[in-house]
Amino acid sequence: MTDFAEIWVYLSREPLLWLTATLGAYAIGDACFRAAGSAPIVNPVLIAVALLAALLWLTGTSYQSYFEGAQFVHFLLGPATVCLAFPLYENLPRVRRALLPIAAALIAGSVTAVGTAVGIGYAFGVQGEALASLAAKSTTAPVAIGIAEKIGGSPTLTAVLVIMTGIMGAVMATPLLNLLGIKDWRARGFAVGVAAHGIGTARAMQVHPTAGAFAGLGMGMNAVLTAILAPYVLSFFL
Amino acid sequence: MIQALFAILAAQLAGETLSRSLSLPVPGPVLAMIIMVVALRFIPRFADLIRPVARGVLGHLSLLFVPAGVGVVGHLSALGGKGPAIFLALAVSTAAAITVGALVFAAVARATGNLDD
Repeated sequence: MTDFAEIWVYLSREPLLWLTATLGAYAIGDACFRAAGSAPIVNPVLIAVALLAALLWLTGTSYQSYFEGAQFVHFLLGPATVCLAFPLYENLPRVRRALLPIAAALIAGSVTAVGTAVGIGYAFGVQGEALASLAAKSTTAPVAIGIAEKIGGSPTLTAVLVIMTGIMGAVMATPLLNLLGIKDWRARGFAVGVAAHGIGTARAMQVHPTAGAFAGLGMGMNAVLTAILAPYVLSFFL
Repeated sequence: MIQALFAILAAQLAGETLSRSLSLPVPGPVLAMIIMVVALRFIPRFADLIRPVARGVLGHLSLLFVPAGVGVVGHLSALGGKGPAIFLALAVSTAAAITVGALVFAAVARATGNLDD
C-alpha cells in the first residue's frame, strides 16, 4: 500500500485535486444558500472562498499550486462574459425601449460609484496608490486593473477591492432594493451590474432573468464609462 | 455543443484581438459580448445553437469568481493599515451606487412613460 504522503505529493502536483476542491466548495456554498431559503447573506461565493482559503492554509498549499487546478474554472470567466450576450439578445426590444433610463442610470450610478468610493476613502485618510485603486472598484476586474495601472493604483489591491465590492453588492442588493421599494427588474438588475460588476450580475441572474440581462448590460457599459471617468474624479483628490 | 463552444471562443478571440490591437478601454470579453449580440440579432438561427451552452454557463456564473476570491484572501494584507477606512468606502459606495442607479432608472422610466411589461 502506498503511503498517504506519497499520494499527497502526487495529488498536490496535479490540477485534479484543486479543481475538484473548487467545485466541491462551491457545491457546499450553493447547498447552504438553498438551505437558507436563498437568503442573500448566505453568499455561495463567500462560503466557497472561506472554505478553500481555510483548506489551503491547513494544508500549507500556495495559491500558485491551487491556481494550477482552479485556472480551468477561472478561464471560463471570459466565455461566460460572451454568453451574457444571450440574455441581452433576448431582451433587445426592452433594452431599445429603455434607452433613456439606461443612459441616465448608467451616468448616475457610475459617477456615484467612483465619486463616493474616492471621496469617503479620502475623508478617512486613504491616499496615493490606495486611493487610485479605489476609483475603479465597481468595474469588472480586467478593466479595473487596466484603469488602476493608468492612474497610479496597485493592480493587486485593485483586484482585492473589485472582488470585495462584488461580494458586498451581491449580498446587499436584494434587501436594499426591497427597502427602496423598487419593483422594476430592469432598474434593479441594471443598478447592480453598474455597482457590482460580474459578481452582482451573477446574483441578479439567480433572482430574475430580466434583472440578469440588464445587469450584464450595466456591467459592460460601466466598464467603458469608468475608464473615461475615473481619472477626472481622482484628479479632484490629488 | 462543439459549434456553440467554438462560436463563443471565436467571438472572445476576436474581441481580445480587437481590444488589444486598437488599445481600446473595453476588455476583450465585453467587446466579444457586443459582437455576439450583433451576430445573434442578424442570424436568428444562431440563437438556438448558443442557447443551451449560454444557459448552462450563466446558471453557475458565481462559481467562476471563486478562484479569484481565494486569491483575494491571501492579499488582504494589501489593504494595509487603512483596512477599516477602505472597507467603509467600499460598503457605502456600493450601497450608494445601487441606490442611485436604481432610483434614477425607475424615475426616468416613469417620467418617459417607459414602464416594463
